[in-house]
Amino acid sequence: MRTLSLILVSSATLLLAGCPSQPVTPEQDPAGVSDANRQGVTTGIDTSGVDGADITLLRDPKNALSQRAIFFDLDSYVVKDEYRSLLGAHAKFLNDRPKRKMLIQGNADERGSREYNLALGQKRSEAIKKALGLMGVREEQLEAVSLGEEKPRCNDASEECWGQNRRGDMLYPGLTD
Amino acid sequence: MNKTSSLLGRFGALMLLALASVASQAQLSIEIVGAGTDRIPVAVPDFTGERIISQALSTVVRADLERSGLFRMVDATGQSVAESASVAYGEWKSKGADALVAGTVTMGGDGRYETRFRLHDVQKQATLGGQAYAHTSGQLRATAHRISDYVYEKLTGERGVFSTRIAYVVKSTGRYELQIADADGMNAQSALASREPIISPTWSPDGSKLAYVSFEAKKPIVYVHDLASGRRHVAANFKGSNSAPAWSPDGKKLAVVLTKDGGSQVFTVNSDGSGVHRVGSSGGIDTEPQFSPDGQWIYFTSDRGGSPQIYRLPSSGGSAQRVTFEGTYNVTPRLSPDGKHMAYVSRNGGRFQITLMDLSNQQTQVLTDSSKDESPSFAPNGRMILYATEVGGRGVLAAVSTNGRVKQKLSVQAADIREPSWGSFAK
Repeated sequence: MRTLSLILVSSATLLLAGCPSQPVTPEQDPAGVSDANRQGVTTGIDTSGVDGADITLLRDPKNALSQRAIFFDLDSYVVKDEYRSLLGAHAKFLNDRPKRKMLIQGNADERGSREYNLALGQKRSEAIKKALGLMGVREEQLEAVSLGEEKPRCNDASEECWGQNRRGDMLYPGLTD
Repeated sequence: MNKTSSLLGRFGALMLLALASVASQAQLSIEIVGAGTDRIPVAVPDFTGERIISQALSTVVRADLERSGLFRMVDATGQSVAESASVAYGEWKSKGADALVAGTVTMGGDGRYETRFRLHDVQKQATLGGQAYAHTSGQLRATAHRISDYVYEKLTGERGVFSTRIAYVVKSTGRYELQIADADGMNAQSALASREPIISPTWSPDGSKLAYVSFEAKKPIVYVHDLASGRRHVAANFKGSNSAPAWSPDGKKLAVVLTKDGGSQVFTVNSDGSGVHRVGSSGGIDTEPQFSPDGQWIYFTSDRGGSPQIYRLPSSGGSAQRVTFEGTYNVTPRLSPDGKHMAYVSRNGGRFQITLMDLSNQQTQVLTDSSKDESPSFAPNGRMILYATEVGGRGVLAAVSTNGRVKQKLSVQAADIREPSWGSFAK
């Protein structure tokens, strides 16, 4: 898994640098993945010393780091200026801790195709990832994924509700879940 | 129940099931809400001897034929005609029947039954053929579906789909289940239960596996699930999102959408997860790939032109061609089994509706009058399209014939049902 993400880093960096060529794609290892719990993101909170301090920091309501949601306008995939300082705080947290990783989950409102909405949510998570990258966070610390319309924060069919669902959530695996 | 909770504990949020039967309240019920105009009048009197089994076989045949929307049942209440009987054609003609199904069930040895039937053309006063099946009481419905398939094919000239299966996702509070049922909604079984969403199930061409997307690891990952063994493996779990699986016609590959290189783009992988290849590329979203039945094309949704539209590109590589032009939202392309039509979802004045395009002349027809339609899936004979929609704020499945005339609604009590996929013909 680690080797894989390292190789992926280089291809994604190429893409960010505007290189249109198709790098050789590494194959994933299909072995040992038949058990659902053995792959994907680790769950369960590690309460050892360093982690404990970071968990406290992330949970402190007075700390900007406790804010981990970014909302988007309708049909928009641009991170609004009002989130600049919030993203700055998270970028600093990650830059100070090169081993920490962030999982960015993009979301979309419920209207239309589930798979297309998954792709729209991906655009939001990648916009957040790109903004953090421009603030110096290293590629291998960040993973942008999408939950599409599957995990709405609000379930009513109203404009206000849909606004809450056009959202990116920043998770620190092992710390915030 | 204890066993269930310990399983849930061990696998975290997940239960893999070797097709466990689901509780009866989760049973699909089917309501016919529209029928064809020129229905063939058919009489299916009781089969002689069928009372030796608790459920009457002829009831299942009548329900099958009626549900298809192509037949009108001629009243034969209280009558039974044996498979070998000489038919009083004049009598059935005067009741308005064009065809008659006569059948007999007898007890065989070792607890098995023998069911024989004969199909008669009442107008021509001739038999159209018949079959005999040895079966257990547990195979009663399956036997009835085979009889219905025979009758359907003889009278319409196309294959019946009564013996096929459908897959779909049932969402109840905090729980998602991937279920499989017979095409009439009966015999529902659960293949996977999870606390996290499951989307985009799709049958392998041979009907032995389902590919789907599960969010159990906080991100979308594509799995291939073998139904007989209940085992599954990861087909795509790259950095980023993995979604929208679609089988190649030979069942060896999957088209999938990966974001590992940035943006949602179409790739193919072998169904064991090896050999990933990028297919085409764009600066925007490419998703919902679907192979044409001949394997030559991959149809997909892309926003490369500014709004989501359907495109296709040669599966061997090449440049993309735009397929839809009307409107600003056309998504989820699904090809008919003969490759001549494409069903998709179009947005018309804020309503999302199932639309059919004749690929030979690009003529389109909106098939539904609902407003939240998703996920169209063709029956293997191409006659009906199964899709997800909403009625009274609840997810239901519906089916519409490709001429828009026959309509059915499938629902379960107290749960949302969605993401349907119609399986292939039984092998």
